[in-house]
Amino acid sequence: MAETTSSRAYEHIVRADKLSVAFGKVRALSDIDLAIGRNEIVGLIGDNGAGKSTLIKTLTGVIPPTSGRLFIRDQPVDWANFSVRRAHDLRFETVYQEKSLGEKQPLWRNFFVGRQITNRFGFIKVREQRRIANEILQRQLGFRGVGIDADSTVAKLSGGERQGIAIGRAMHFDADLIILDEPTTALAIKEVQKVLDFVRRIKASGRAAIYIEHNLAHVHALADRLVVLDRGRIVANIRPADMSLADLTLFLIDLQKTKIGAAA
Amino acid sequence: MSDTPLKHPAPALNPRTAVKLEGLPIIIVFFVLIGLFVGFAPTVFLHWPIYNSFLVTIPPMMILSLGLTLVIAAGEIDLSFPAVIALSGFLFAYVTRTYDAPWLGLLAAIAGGALIGVVNGFLIAVIGIPSIIITIGTSFFWSGIATVLSGGMSYTLERLAGTAINGILSGTVLGIPSEAFWALGVAVVVWFILNRHRFGEHLLFIGDSREVARVVGINTLRERIKLFTLMGALGGFAAVLLTLENLSYFPTQGQGMLLSALAAVFIGGTSVFGGTATVVGSFFGALIIGMLDAGIVATGVAGFWVEVIVGLVFVSAVVLHIGIDDPARIRQLQRRLFSKT
Ligand SMILES: Nc1ncnc2c1ncn2[C@@H]1O[C@H](COP(=O)(O)OP(=O)(O)OP(=O)(O)O)[C@@H](O)[C@H]1O
Ligand SMILES: [Mg+2]
Repeated sequence: MAETTSSRAYEHIVRADKLSVAFGKVRALSDIDLAIGRNEIVGLIGDNGAGKSTLIKTLTGVIPPTSGRLFIRDQPVDWANFSVRRAHDLRFETVYQEKSLGEKQPLWRNFFVGRQITNRFGFIKVREQRRIANEILQRQLGFRGVGIDADSTVAKLSGGERQGIAIGRAMHFDADLIILDEPTTALAIKEVQKVLDFVRRIKASGRAAIYIEHNLAHVHALADRLVVLDRGRIVANIRPADMSLADLTLFLIDLQKTKIGAAA
Repeated sequence: MSDTPLKHPAPALNPRTAVKLEGLPIIIVFFVLIGLFVGFAPTVFLHWPIYNSFLVTIPPMMILSLGLTLVIAAGEIDLSFPAVIALSGFLFAYVTRTYDAPWLGLLAAIAGGALIGVVNGFLIAVIGIPSIIITIGTSFFWSGIATVLSGGMSYTLERLAGTAINGILSGTVLGIPSEAFWALGVAVVVWFILNRHRFGEHLLFIGDSREVARVVGINTLRERIKLFTLMGALGGFAAVLLTLENLSYFPTQGQGMLLSALAAVFIGGTSVFGGTATVVGSFFGALIIGMLDAGIVATGVAGFWVEVIVGLVFVSAVVLHIGIDDPARIRQLQRRLFSKT
C-alpha cells in the first residue's frame, strides 16, 4: 500500500517520458518529456487549450495516457495501478482550476474525502475529522471569525476561500509535489497574494510544485523554471533569470502569431 | 467513535446544525396529518388496529424508498424496483414451493434482486447509459421474465403460516408487526451508510459532481455498481416481506409501488438534484404516503379523492422543502414572476 518512499533519495519527484494523450481525434498531448526536481517550482504556461490541465491530470492519475511512461521518485509507474488514490499515497496533491470541492458537502467531508479517517468497518470518525478541519481552518488558513467552520458547505464560500480550502487540504496531507492549476483565477488581489505566499512556502519547505498560471508576472517571479506548452507540445524551457518578463511576453506573442499563421 | 478530550476547546456547535434537526418539517407534517385523521375519524384513529395495519402494509414500500434515497443522493434514479418485486417474489415463492426451503427462497430473492442491480449498475456506470433510461428498459425485461416464469399465475403460500420464517419476518413482537422492526432496522443501517460510512460519502460526492468525485479519488464506477446492487438486494428483501404479508405471490405485486416509493423520498425532502439526501425524511415520507391511502378512506372521503390529496401533499411538500433549503430560490422566483410586467 502506501510506501514511505519520500525519505529515500531521489533526483526527480516526477518525470514524464514521451507522454501522449488523445481524446478521440483530439491530440491533447504529444510526446511530453518533462522532469521536475525534488525542490523545484515549475511554472507551466501556454494558451487556452494548450494541454496544461490535461498534463497534470495525467500526472495525478485522473486521466490515463494513450502512450508514454511516468517515473515518480525515479521509479517507473505501472499505469494499471495508477489512480488518484495512488497519487495521493505517493504524496501528490492537486488544487484544480475548476472546482475540486463538493459544493453541497460540509468542509469536514471535503477535507478528508477519498482518505477518510475511519474505523476498520469504514465508518467515518466524524468528530475527529471535524476537529482537524476546524484546526486547519483556524490555524493554517486563518479563517477565524468569518463565520466559516467545519460544518459550512462549500456553496457558501467565496472563490478565494475555496482555493484556500483546497490548499489547506494539500498542506494538511503534507504533499511532496503540489500542483496548482490556475489557483488565482477570479481572486481579489489580496487573495492572490495569499496564494503566492503559499507557493513560496512550498519552495521554502523543500517540496516541489507545478504552477499553472496565465498571469506571466506571477510565474516569472516565482518559478525556478518555466515550461511553455503549445498545442500539446513543450516548445520551450526557460529560466526566468535568463529571460526578462518583457522578453517572455514577446516570446509568447510570437508563438501566438505562428499559430495563427499556421491556421491560416 | 473516539472520545478523547480535546486540547483546545471544541468550537461551539454550529447553530445551523443545532437548530436544523434532520427531517424536522416532514416530521411536523406527519404529526399534523395524524392530528387531522384523529379529528376527522376519531373512532378509527384513536384505536390500535388501524396503526397495526399501517405497520404491516408500509414496511415493504418504506424499504424501497430507503434504498431509493441512496440512489437519488448519488444523482441517479432506479425505476426497476417494481420488476425486482415481481421477480424476487417469484423466486421466493418458487423455491419455497418446490424445495420447501423458504430460507433458501429468501436468499434467492435477495440474490436475484442484487443480480438485477449489478446489471443495472454495470450498464449505467460502465456503458454510461443514463439510469432513468436503462432502468425503464430492465424493468420491462425482468417483469416480463417474472411473468413468463410464473406463467402469469399467482402462487399461494398458505403452507408458510406458522413457520419460523413467517414468524420472524411477518409475525408480531410485543404486539407490533415484525415488518415494522425490519423496516426500522433497514432505516437505521441506511442512515449510517449515508451519513457515517465512507460509501455514503462517496455517493454524496458523486451526486454532487461526478467530476469532483473522480478528482478526489473516488472510484465512481465501482461505487455506482455497488449502489444499484444494494438497491436490488433491498428490493428482493421487500419482495419477500410483501409475499409473506399476503401469503401469496402475484406477478403484479410490485406495480403499485413505483410512484409511492418515489413520492415518499421526495416528500421527505431529498433533493432531485443529488448530493444531499435525508433518510429520516424518507422514513416519515413513507409513513405519510402509506397512511394517506387508508387514512383518507377512513375519514369518510370517497376513495377516488385519495390520489388528488396525495398529489396535493406531494407538491406542497416539495415546494416547502425548496423554500426551507433554498429561500433564495423562492425569492428569485417571486421576482421573476411578479416584476415582469
Ligand atoms: N475530457 C476531455 N475530452 C475531450 N477533449 C478534452 C478533454 N479534456 C481536454 N480536452 C481537450 O484537450 C485540449 C487541452 O485541454 P486542457 O484543458 O488541457 O487545456 P489547458 O491548457 O488547461 O487550457 P486552459 O488554459 O484553458 O485551462 C483541448 O483541446 C481540450 O478541448
Ligand atoms: Mg486548464
